Amino acid sequence: MLTQTGDNTAFSFRTKTKSFFTSQKGLNADLIREISRQKSEPEWMLNFRLRAYEIFLTKKMPNWGANLTGIDFDNIHYYVRPQDKAKRSWDDVPPEIKDTFDKLGIPEAERKFLAGTGAQFESEMVYHSLAENLAKQGVIFESTDDGLKNHPELFKKYFGTVVPPGDNKFAALNSAVWSGGSFIYVPKNVHIELPLQAYFRINIENMGQFERTLIIADEGSSIHYVEGCTAPTYSSDSLHSAVVEIIVKKGARVQYTTIQNWSGNVYNLVTKRAMAYENAEMVWLDCNLGSKVTMKYPSIILRERGAKGEIQSLAFASKGQHQDAGGKVIHLAPDTSSTIISKSISKNGGRSTYRGLVKVIKGAKNVKTRVVCDALMLDPASRSDTYPTMDIKEEDVAIAHEATVASIGEDELFYLMSRGLAEEQAATLIVNGFANPIVRQLPMEYAVELNRLLALEMTGSVG
Amino acid sequence: MPSALKIKNLHATIGNTKILNGVSLDISQGEIHIIMGQNGSGKSTLLSILMGNPKYTVTMGSVMLEKKNILDLSVTQRAQAGLFLGFQHPQVVAGVALGNFLRLARNTVAKAKKSKELPIAPAPFAALMRTEMEKLKIDPAFMSRSVNEGFSGGEKKKSEILQMAMLEPSFAFLDEIDSGLDIDALKVVTKELSAVQKKQDMGLVIVSHNPRILDFIRPNKIHIMSKGKIIARGGAEIIAKIEKGGYDSFLKKK
Repeated sequence: MLTQTGDNTAFSFRTKTKSFFTSQKGLNADLIREISRQKSEPEWMLNFRLRAYEIFLTKKMPNWGANLTGIDFDNIHYYVRPQDKAKRSWDDVPPEIKDTFDKLGIPEAERKFLAGTGAQFESEMVYHSLAENLAKQGVIFESTDDGLKNHPELFKKYFGTVVPPGDNKFAALNSAVWSGGSFIYVPKNVHIELPLQAYFRINIENMGQFERTLIIADEGSSIHYVEGCTAPTYSSDSLHSAVVEIIVKKGARVQYTTIQNWSGNVYNLVTKRAMAYENAEMVWLDCNLGSKVTMKYPSIILRERGAKGEIQSLAFASKGQHQDAGGKVIHLAPDTSSTIISKSISKNGGRSTYRGLVKVIKGAKNVKTRVVCDALMLDPASRSDTYPTMDIKEEDVAIAHEATVASIGEDELFYLMSRGLAEEQAATLIVNGFANPIVRQLPMEYAVELNRLLALEMTGSVG
Repeated sequence: MPSALKIKNLHATIGNTKILNGVSLDISQGEIHIIMGQNGSGKSTLLSILMGNPKYTVTMGSVMLEKKNILDLSVTQRAQAGLFLGFQHPQVVAGVALGNFLRLARNTVAKAKKSKELPIAPAPFAALMRTEMEKLKIDPAFMSRSVNEGFSGGEKKKSEILQMAMLEPSFAFLDEIDSGLDIDALKVVTKELSAVQKKQDMGLVIVSHNPRILDFIRPNKIHIMSKGKIIARGGAEIIAKIEKGGYDSFLKKK
């Protein structure tokens, strides 16, 4: 679990480590070959990487969203391997790295309420575990690197199919240099009651973290996956550029929950997409605190009849931060339904952008979709923009769209303060209440944590 | 324990408009005062100013609680010093459960008083609150509903009294607490209000424009306000006069 916000000193601790391998700054084809060699990958994966690198070189930087001019691709360590391979016991993890995750409360959370745990440090998963009863039922929860080694048939079939390398510049970059992340397979009709959690920690300066997650929920199964992310604060920037691909087969349900709290020097540019088949259900619950820039639009392709998609996101933009977030749903089949709920809070000159797309193709009849975006601005210096796009080619659809922008009113503060609350407490309560429709859908432990993080973001907010 | 609140020659404005023109009023703990008057006479404004509403500017006068001029205190500090305002139009706070909010408020006030009492935990607080809700005939489900969200007019008023009971102030100002209540609800609310007032030996100032409230509450004093001033005070005999000649009868005499 997270314990402090990104720029808070208690959270921003750095761990002195002696890495197994640290690449020189900068990227070239030789480094990609070296990464693939160290991972003993099959030939096809090396070729996949090299092709993706070519695409990365030719793709332009996206210029339609947040300002990315501060990214210096030559000043990044693309691969840092902290130890030889992922361990299954915390006792085998190098003590200084174990200590990091102890401070973040990961082993404790694992004991208390998780069915499985992964921990990534720099470029590699250093720890992975799964409850024994789930392993017996055929559930696979491994680092993506181990997944590739142990289940090549699943990788050949699914890897790169939901987010192809040509999708965008950062998906191409990730495809070229990916390392770590989670691979999950849930067999038919297996329901995983407790969440599986992975925690991603960037530790050194100028780090690029490019984890790659692939989740396959087979027919009639269900799973809730939770990820958390943090990093120490440095004066120069780091880059986090993940790709997450999810396949939700007939009648299956996947919930993917993110609570990220990057320090204010991290560019967070992530491509997340799910493919939902007949009567399947996909839920993204995406909570974004911290980072310098976040650009992230979890997407769902509703590919077969009766599929349901839900994207709920919460963003908090403070001073010097731009949260450019939202969601995309593509309705490719009849009787599909979707909900996008986006809530953003801007404080102290922070900037939040909602960017969303709902697309319905011709012939996808009886589609229902609802988009709600609410923005709360805590001061006049902050900024909030909304770019909702609707691309509807079918007439037999029900569409609802609501958007609100609010600020904290003097009357509301007066009311709460007249009950004895200090102004900051009152403002925090209003912010917590605003976020509550998203927060209350989290498992209790995470809801408590997120409310605490919001409270920390609010400290010192009232002059 | 504070024993008296002394309002002396209070003048206030909103923008460039004078809204209080020299109000003086002493309230002791244990007393009930009712302020009556027509709409726009300044009676609600007076309560709002006593609580520190930043909309208004006090231009003259003082409000002493013991040796402290509460006009120097923030809204928060006034609440923590034992003042309470029951709003005529309580604010909606979306997503914040009434029970959680009240527990936070109660613990915050207790901490400010440097009370040695530990913060009250959710379970015992809920038990206390449920007892109080029962007395006010409020559905216990309201504990987990958002503050004032979707409450009817009557439910909002009951919720204000509930908040007062849970926060245990020394002085409470209740703005039009009787409006929006049907006769049955009015009975329930005034009965509980009197009980809490007695139990906590509270000083109570009730603002109303409806003499009907006097059928249920026995005040120590009645004040009539007009144009930002108190123009008459007295006991029950004042009511007979209002009922006979309306508020105008006081004005004409002047």
